Amino acid sequence: MYLDADDVRSVKVLVVGPFGVGKTTYIGNISEIEPLQTEEEITEASVGYDDLSRTPEKTTTTVAMDFGRLTLSDELVLYVFGTPGQERFKEMWEELSRGALGALLIVDPERLDESFPVLDLVERFGLTYAVGVNHFEGTTTYPLDEVREALNLHPDTPVVACDVRDQKSALQALIALVQHLMSLLD
Amino acid sequence: MSDAHDSDPEVELTSALVPFFVITNGRALPPDQQYERTALVTAHQDTAATARTLAPEEQAIMDLVANRMLAVAEIAGRTHLPLGIVRILLAQLEESGLVLVRKPAPRADSKDRELLSAVLEGLKNIGA
Ligand SMILES: Nc1nc2c(ncn2[C@@H]2O[C@H](COP(=O)(O)OP(=O)(O)OP(=O)(O)O)[C@@H](O)[C@H]2O)c(=O)[nH]1
Ligand SMILES: [Mg+2]
Repeated sequence: MYLDADDVRSVKVLVVGPFGVGKTTYIGNISEIEPLQTEEEITEASVGYDDLSRTPEKTTTTVAMDFGRLTLSDELVLYVFGTPGQERFKEMWEELSRGALGALLIVDPERLDESFPVLDLVERFGLTYAVGVNHFEGTTTYPLDEVREALNLHPDTPVVACDVRDQKSALQALIALVQHLMSLLD
Repeated sequence: MSDAHDSDPEVELTSALVPFFVITNGRALPPDQQYERTALVTAHQDTAATARTLAPEEQAIMDLVANRMLAVAEIAGRTHLPLGIVRILLAQLEESGLVLVRKPAPRADSKDRELLSAVLEGLKNIGA
């Protein structure tokens, strides 16, 4: 099958969250292809400082970024990019957030405080977002309203339960994000 | 994009040890946004007649995009080449007229109601 370049459009959504919250699991679950990674370089200030000039030394690190694909129709492909929430990845955030529909922020209700730096990045890069609460089993189930309150979210920001290991639940979180994006146009 | 495409064996590169500056003829990286990772790439039809000899990495890319559109990120993921290198190789392939690159629309996708409806519908169909 040959698809004319003019007939196909790609869109992207970022899946963000603190370390170990379930981003890779989420992408693996929702992607129609075996999840892939891009190898790319980031420049970061290293710990050592040059005492004389006081300029931080720059080092280049290669990072692997997960992403997945969902074909939505013959003309539309959605790419989902996992984006780690540490400040040192902000170069990547800058590129990834450009043209993105929005972000799905995955949080672990047992360690919500770790979500704040990520929330900060999401807001700094002007991304519309929904929050997916990934309850690890065997932990206390927190009411979504408590999560909303603890994160001090805008009343319109969707907060949904999101089991990253369950495809249906993972899809619902994306749907909540897109519905939210549409409601903002009203 | 049928499912058959997804069972492709991973692309094996024959010259993984060739330094990247050789593959890329020492070219500087094009600006990031030039080949945004969701930009879609496909081979020009009728490229068989090309005179240029392709590096194995370029050939690997051509094989991947021969009959379909593939995002820049996916080309990097499947070839296991760093994203920065893929971008340089794509610049060369596009310059040689071998590939067609569909850049993401410049307008804000997040404000495009029609597009959002299509995304929503697509997601609901997957879930159904
Ligand atoms: N039991 C349980 N384990 C989970 C759940 N979600 C994720 N995990 C596990 O938690 C670990 C981290 O999940 P990942 O998907 O790798 O998290 P991540 O956000 O990609 O992590 P980093 O990329 O390291 O920031 C993995 O071992 C997962 O299998 C869950 O809901 N329940
Ligand atoms: Mg991960």
